[in-house]
Amino acid sequence: MSEATSQKIPVTVLTGYLGAGKTTLLNRILSENHGKKYAVIVNEFGEIGIDNDLIIGADEEVFEMNNGCICCTVRGDLVRIMDGLMKRKGKFDAIIVETTGLADPAPVAQTFFVDEDVQKNARLDAVVTVADAKWLSDRLKDAPEAKNQIAFADVIVLNKTDLVNKGELAEVEARIRGINPYAKLHRTERCSVALADVLDRGAFDLDRILDIEPDFLEAGDDHDHDHDHHHHHGHDHHHHDHGHGLKHYHDEDMQSLSLKTDKPLDPNVFMPWLQNLVQVEGGKILRSKGILAFHDDDDRYVFQGVHMMLEGNHQRKWKEGEPRESRLVFIGRELPEKAIREGFESCIVS
Amino acid sequence: MKEFTPAPDSASIVSVTDRVKPVALGMAVTSVHFLRDRAAFVGGEENVKFVDAQGEITTVAVHGGGILSTASDGKRIVMGGDDGKVVSLDAKGEVTLLATDPKRRWIDAVALHADGAFAWSAGKVATVKSGKNEEKSLEVPSTVGGLAFAPKGLRLAIAHYNGATLWFPNMEGSAEFLPWAGSHHAVTFSPDNKFLVTAMHEPALHGWRLADNRHMRMTGYPGRVRSMSWSAGGKGLATSGADTVIIWPFASKDGPMGKEPAMLAPLQARVSVVACHPKNDILACGYSDGTVLMVRLEDGAEILVRRNGTPPAAAIAWNAKGTLLAFADENGDGGLLEL
Repeated sequence: MSEATSQKIPVTVLTGYLGAGKTTLLNRILSENHGKKYAVIVNEFGEIGIDNDLIIGADEEVFEMNNGCICCTVRGDLVRIMDGLMKRKGKFDAIIVETTGLADPAPVAQTFFVDEDVQKNARLDAVVTVADAKWLSDRLKDAPEAKNQIAFADVIVLNKTDLVNKGELAEVEARIRGINPYAKLHRTERCSVALADVLDRGAFDLDRILDIEPDFLEAGDDHDHDHDHHHHHGHDHHHHDHGHGLKHYHDEDMQSLSLKTDKPLDPNVFMPWLQNLVQVEGGKILRSKGILAFHDDDDRYVFQGVHMMLEGNHQRKWKEGEPRESRLVFIGRELPEKAIREGFESCIVS
Repeated sequence: MKEFTPAPDSASIVSVTDRVKPVALGMAVTSVHFLRDRAAFVGGEENVKFVDAQGEITTVAVHGGGILSTASDGKRIVMGGDDGKVVSLDAKGEVTLLATDPKRRWIDAVALHADGAFAWSAGKVATVKSGKNEEKSLEVPSTVGGLAFAPKGLRLAIAHYNGATLWFPNMEGSAEFLPWAGSHHAVTFSPDNKFLVTAMHEPALHGWRLADNRHMRMTGYPGRVRSMSWSAGGKGLATSGADTVIIWPFASKDGPMGKEPAMLAPLQARVSVVACHPKNDILACGYSDGTVLMVRLEDGAEILVRRNGTPPAAAIAWNAKGTLLAFADENGDGGLLEL
């Protein structure tokens, strides 16, 4: 998606469990004085309505691609709506797709990977998930959809922080980080987040895939993270160490796995391994991305994926003095960690 | 990725580019139809522009937004818009409002019957209106991807997810479901009423022989098929979606079953639109690089109508007599060719 990205219309996917505050965020985006016009694809009319924008009702019709893979599902209604919207090019600057509270974001994202015509005209910008600070911890236990939405997110708007105390907030953040340490997290009340933090993120742009470090390690993140809440509810939380000394929750079935090596990888081993991994385990892997240093190759290779769908490209030359490190991240359900680690090790040139 | 392409109007190809009357429409074009001998170019939104033999342009406002679907019988064009309206435009330029969706939903598909009946769809509901009869509606399991009337009788084919539904609107309980997994968009009957063909979301066509509902898979396209046209007499179905025009044989009772399609006019660009000549075994086709060709079906001989190097060809049509060809690219630069 990095070719000619600038001419393509950015698409923001807005998810969040029922009642988290998606509509509040949407209204905030639309009513702010930004001078932009949005085409908004919603499930129900009525709650929003800004004269300036195009509001389109959608039915969230998901269908399986005929390629024998059950996780290759796309939003057919979105394909149709994008076709229609492209007849009105120039009438809007960006598209926002609001999903229902119970929706899995994967079919929306995959629509942008598999449909040639959609890809020609639009680019997926980011998956933004609105989460309810008060209720998310409970939903993560009883609603797999809520967990999917957190795992899939590039940006998490942790809303209604005024309804919880500091300890509860730390608890819910730690739970989010246990699932997805890579998303940008913003604490809000009534979804008051700067638009620049949710729009035009370029999260699916291969050229901007650099945000591969856990969000809370980055400079500029001014949140004080309390990582001392380990023992709760009698779950078997095996605290695992990401190699940076921070410990946090480990969700029972959804987790992220990061791999790193400063030794070069053999592309002839790595590529088939990765292809095979997503073929076999694609149902479990929600998101994947990586920056790779191949043996005898002066170019960085970057890739990203959603379930079984991968896209990758040589990105640019490694810079002088830049450590030639390979880093991979998988976010998924019941990831076969040992097998993935061993497979990855086998791709290292010895 | 740009590759070196030899100029198509080098000595090896006959060219009629100098006989084309250029037409600058100044709007994005999505289809073209002839109403009598005026070409009616349908815009992406709001307007239709008539172009007469002298090249004079007349603009007619038809919708208050995007124009999503069109069908024509040569006497009028029926259109559906994202304003929730179904309108018709006749050869005199008169616009008639045919229907309005009560919820202002998009009119995704329209179809027109030879006897004047018309159909449209919004969401999962297809509606038919014939003559003075009242509207009849049918809800299918998922959003309608395409509509087509059968050449005989008042029968409508409705394409949707996981198959197509055949329906006689005047016969209660007549809906018949033809299953095939996947998302089905445009749909067309063979002129002899023996076959139904859909263009799928994936790069393939699917067909059913209506006598026994036998399946016909027509695959191998690199891209989605967006344009289909029956050759004179319905012997073949010419399609876009590949770097050649793909023509599936339908002359025998088995249709294309077990047969290879003809592949004509290969270029280093994707065919985007096709239109078969109404009387002779000739077709016209446009490509993603703007090239427009006329091709003889018998031997694949090509005549250059428009050179490459422009936006993708978006619309192409013959008039009913087959004496005029109209085409336009996505940006609205088109042409008229009189034969």
